[in-house]
Amino acid sequence: MRQPIRQATLNKGFEAPAEANSAGWTGYGWDWLRAYGRQIGALFWKDLLIELRTKDVLASMLVFGLLTLTVFTFAFDLRAESVLLVSPGVLWVAILFAGTLGLGRSYSHERESGSLEGLLLCPGDRSAIFVAKLLTNLVFLGLLEIVLLPVFSAFFDVSALKPGVIGIILLGTVGFAAVGSIFGAMAVNTRAREVMLPVLLLPILIPLIIGAVKATGLLMDGQPWSEVWTWVNLLIAFDVVYLVVSFILYEFVIEDWG
Amino acid sequence: MSVASPVALPPVRRIRVRRLDMLGAAALALLAVAFCMAMFYAPTELIQGEPQRIFYAHLPMVVVSYISFAIVFVASTLYLWKRDIKYDIVARSAAEIGVLFTTLVIVSGGLWGQATWGTFWQWEPRLTFTFILWLIYVSYLMLRNASDDQDRMARYAAVLGIIGFADVPLIFASVYLWRGIHPEPAGMPQAMAVTLIVAIAAFVLLFAYLLIHRIRLDHAREQLYELRSIMEEREA
Repeated sequence: MRQPIRQATLNKGFEAPAEANSAGWTGYGWDWLRAYGRQIGALFWKDLLIELRTKDVLASMLVFGLLTLTVFTFAFDLRAESVLLVSPGVLWVAILFAGTLGLGRSYSHERESGSLEGLLLCPGDRSAIFVAKLLTNLVFLGLLEIVLLPVFSAFFDVSALKPGVIGIILLGTVGFAAVGSIFGAMAVNTRAREVMLPVLLLPILIPLIIGAVKATGLLMDGQPWSEVWTWVNLLIAFDVVYLVVSFILYEFVIEDWG
Repeated sequence: MSVASPVALPPVRRIRVRRLDMLGAAALALLAVAFCMAMFYAPTELIQGEPQRIFYAHLPMVVVSYISFAIVFVASTLYLWKRDIKYDIVARSAAEIGVLFTTLVIVSGGLWGQATWGTFWQWEPRLTFTFILWLIYVSYLMLRNASDDQDRMARYAAVLGIIGFADVPLIFASVYLWRGIHPEPAGMPQAMAVTLIVAIAAFVLLFAYLLIHRIRLDHAREQLYELRSIMEEREA
């Protein structure tokens, strides 16, 4: 039933830089960019394929997310007058907790089977590994949110399915995935890794949590964009800072994996 | 190291003990001066009264903890760049002292708040900011002890030292937007300002003394590990 990933799929992306090296490195041009894109594609596809076959990450994330929403329903008595105050926070806590779980899982198979060690031996730009991991995590978090958001709207009887709210969730998810992709790689190589990831992740994410919860709440309440704009700026700043910082620092994290 | 050792010792950066003792004595003396000034020289604040004198210990400790987190950032960057363990030692020493002073800031701020606001804790921007910094650097110290692979943890900690410091402006902006801007006290009399400056100088000296001591300790520890591994090799 389970087949090994076709070798050709994996090698495809890595051939070009190797050839370029042996033929004399000509610098960063279109060929390099195409090879880089293919590497990212191959790595991304590898992660998706593993997920399609095991359903490991998504299943645990979705169940945990739904459970969080359910628990909050009983933890807070959410009547009509308090629901707009509390529910944006509930949504984000569910996304963050379930997402943290998923980010941790997305690295455990890299460690268990030593697959990342293999990737490090491949020729090519190592930052491709980060970009691919980021994309994978974005897809997983996106799928989680696609399920959670309608359920959340129904459970709490709020109008969360608005383009503005979805935009804010996307912005928040990008920053979350950027920090999570690098910390996930760190946490999986420590003792007590299930605890280490949230301990590392949550303090750093506080500006994002504040911005996302405020913006989501204002938009659900039907406030004008002029009110929301400050928080959108904060989220954009967070995303830009951590996309750049994580992209640069990722190589230091994975350099001696295993 | 009085015993003649045939083993080639790894080089240790030596800071003369006597000079360090002088630094410690200077820090202690200046702290005493600052304490007397805070108690007797600085005027009593009109509204808050005597508890306001906590300020002369509170603010200098804030300054010192920010300095130490900036040092963590610089040393982390240098470590990733040069891969010299001495930068890692500086980073972990500064982080430890920073967490210590941030804890003291939160405690002294709480005591001050209890006296003037009537509550130990408020989600006020500056308090929130300090508390989040504390959380980040506590997680930094936890990460350091999360594995036996010291080289790797040094690298991870350096990454976290940079990521955490990049968060500082974001946290600052977000907590101020979150809780609105607190009114700033309008200027202070000269006696207060002078006392404050002396107190800051005293705490910075104390910080330098502690940091150098902590760095020396870690150099000694690294040397001990190295000697131990040499011994083990010989026995094997």
